[in-house]
Amino acid sequence: MTSPIDIEGGGTSVVDGEPGPETQPEVKRLQGRSPGQLMWIRFKRDRTGVICAIVVIGYFVVALLAPLLVKLPGTDPYTLYGQDPTYADKPVLDQFGLPLGYLGGVSGDHWFGVEPQYGRDLFAMLVYGMRTSLYMALGITVLVMVTGVVVGLIGGYFGGRTDYWIGRATDFFLSFPQQLFFIAFMPVVTSFFVDPREETPTYFRALAMLIVLWLLGWMGMARLVRSTVLSLREREFVEAAKVSGASPWRIVRKEILPNVVTPILVQFTYTLPSTILSIAFLSFAGVGFVEPTPDWGRLFAAGARYAEQDPAFMFFPGMALVIFVLCFNLLGDSVRDAFDPKSGR
Amino acid sequence: MKEDLVLPATREATEDAALEPLLEVSGLTKYFPVRGGFPIRRTVGHVQAVDGIDLTVHVAESFGLVGESGCGKSTTGRLITRLLEPTSGSVSYRGQDISHATRKQLAPIRSEIQMIFQDPYSSLNPRQTVGKIISGPMEINGIAPAGGREKRVRELLEIVGLNPEHFNRFPHEFSGGQRQRIGVARALSLEPKLIVADEPVSALDVSIQAQVVNLLQQVQKELGIAFLFIAHDLAVVRHFSQRVAVMYLGKIIEVGDRESIYDRPRHPYTHALLSAVPEVNLMDEEAPQHERIRLAGDVPSPINPPSGCRFRTRCWKAQDKCASEEPPLVRLSGNRSGHLTACHFPEEPTTQGRAEDIVLDPALAALEESSEG
Repeated sequence: MTSPIDIEGGGTSVVDGEPGPETQPEVKRLQGRSPGQLMWIRFKRDRTGVICAIVVIGYFVVALLAPLLVKLPGTDPYTLYGQDPTYADKPVLDQFGLPLGYLGGVSGDHWFGVEPQYGRDLFAMLVYGMRTSLYMALGITVLVMVTGVVVGLIGGYFGGRTDYWIGRATDFFLSFPQQLFFIAFMPVVTSFFVDPREETPTYFRALAMLIVLWLLGWMGMARLVRSTVLSLREREFVEAAKVSGASPWRIVRKEILPNVVTPILVQFTYTLPSTILSIAFLSFAGVGFVEPTPDWGRLFAAGARYAEQDPAFMFFPGMALVIFVLCFNLLGDSVRDAFDPKSGR
Repeated sequence: MKEDLVLPATREATEDAALEPLLEVSGLTKYFPVRGGFPIRRTVGHVQAVDGIDLTVHVAESFGLVGESGCGKSTTGRLITRLLEPTSGSVSYRGQDISHATRKQLAPIRSEIQMIFQDPYSSLNPRQTVGKIISGPMEINGIAPAGGREKRVRELLEIVGLNPEHFNRFPHEFSGGQRQRIGVARALSLEPKLIVADEPVSALDVSIQAQVVNLLQQVQKELGIAFLFIAHDLAVVRHFSQRVAVMYLGKIIEVGDRESIYDRPRHPYTHALLSAVPEVNLMDEEAPQHERIRLAGDVPSPINPPSGCRFRTRCWKAQDKCASEEPPLVRLSGNRSGHLTACHFPEEPTTQGRAEDIVLDPALAALEESSEG
């Protein structure tokens, strides 16, 4: 009988689509590289992905370093430069309360201009606002993702009765009219913990938003993960792991989770920007952050108010948000491609 | 149990050492509940996928299991590897009953019973490298071979005829046949004593089928691994298996060594199955003509199988007795030892052409009549 090694021939049919001899040097080169390293190499080859990663990381760094950054022009987000008598020698507003100068009052001191009426520094408000919004959104999104993935994995993997009840619970949460409940629940959650006669502390407003957005946000993720896991569970490689005696925990972790990464990442890249917008909406509706806490979302509310007299006010926060959302989505695509061994990069 | 009384010495003397039973299955049954009804869903019936089968696989033996699609072959394989829990009956491996063992209880046996799957495209995790896939079972069972797992993976890749340097590649970089070899390497990684091969070649190209079957045969002979080879391709089973069982609608209807089943079949269904294999020597007038049997209709529903003999609804020899009495799986007079048949009215032990073809399919019969006339 021919030995199976001989059957292979000269290795001409080794890899589909690629002629055998050409792959040989690549094989040598790829030796000793873990899948993680390969992933990193694939990602580095994607120009768009790298640029977007730098931009997104830049945003988070800017948000993190906001107190240091505002030291450069020497401003802060709370001072009313237009009304404070300390700054009377450097007027920023005219008699109608509109910024002096071009583009909303851009100057050496106020890089992005000032707010009409009060004369607060827009640059300081934006970087501090990004700080609040980005880190809030990141926290909420991570919580939502983790909850959704765990619930979806349990429902999808164990199936049957577990899945039925988890599914009904998901439906129950989904049936809430989200926007209305955000507005309706925020005061409820707040009054639950804070005496209505006292001023609500800012950290507590943040916590209340986190709780409400988390409780009403995890269902989409759970459904997505569940449906993916349901289809993966019946695949033969899961059975192969079972035949080897793998524990359910190992099967979920090693066999199923790596295959769910793609939808999770895609969903993450959509959820984070939309969470920023949700926080903005809450602030806009008056149940989120209130004056004088700087908030990215509220800058748009203010911008809409000033749009007729000072359209430039919306420019910098708007551009910042557009660039961020765009880069974040593109980054998500690149990371997904890098995770997929079939993407051929 | 009687076999156990035979002294080992005498067993060797009679060259029966190889006939030591490795896997014994008795009365194995699997019913899948069928749910339905509104508004309250309840069990309205059962799919009798496997209904009381007995079989024995000996050490280092290749046992073939053939039958039509949906006759319960794959379910049997999954019951033996305990991917499914049997409704009743027992599966015992080396005398130890594993039919209801939990995962923890099964742990020591897991490394000895492995499985090769039908679809090489879904049996390998697309997110894991070949090395990870093959070393996974070793990791789970805490096996640390001499020289490390990576070295062992390379060895296994070489055994199954793949380039050992490819251990860092992903499954999608391989063709179907190569993927199936990876599946074989994974099954071999635990040095099993029994491999349940669930239609290992039916998803492959015909030219690749031979390679994989030869690989399996080599593995079986060189490593002394027993195989339960599930297939619907009679030629492949004939090539691979020493003993063959024929299944029909959840029951074994005939079992025996290869020569008995292929050359001296007794059950009408086995006759029909064998005659369905296309012949290559049609033009050769001198060659002995084979019998020609064409069945009509489909396999009855396993939810409500026929009474008595399950094949009676499609059998040309069926009589009243077949409906009332289920034929036992016994050795018929004229059969060799170990050749058991479950039939009240068995056929002659030959596959030679008979005076008149049996064509039960009315459409096919009409077609042939018109072309002749």
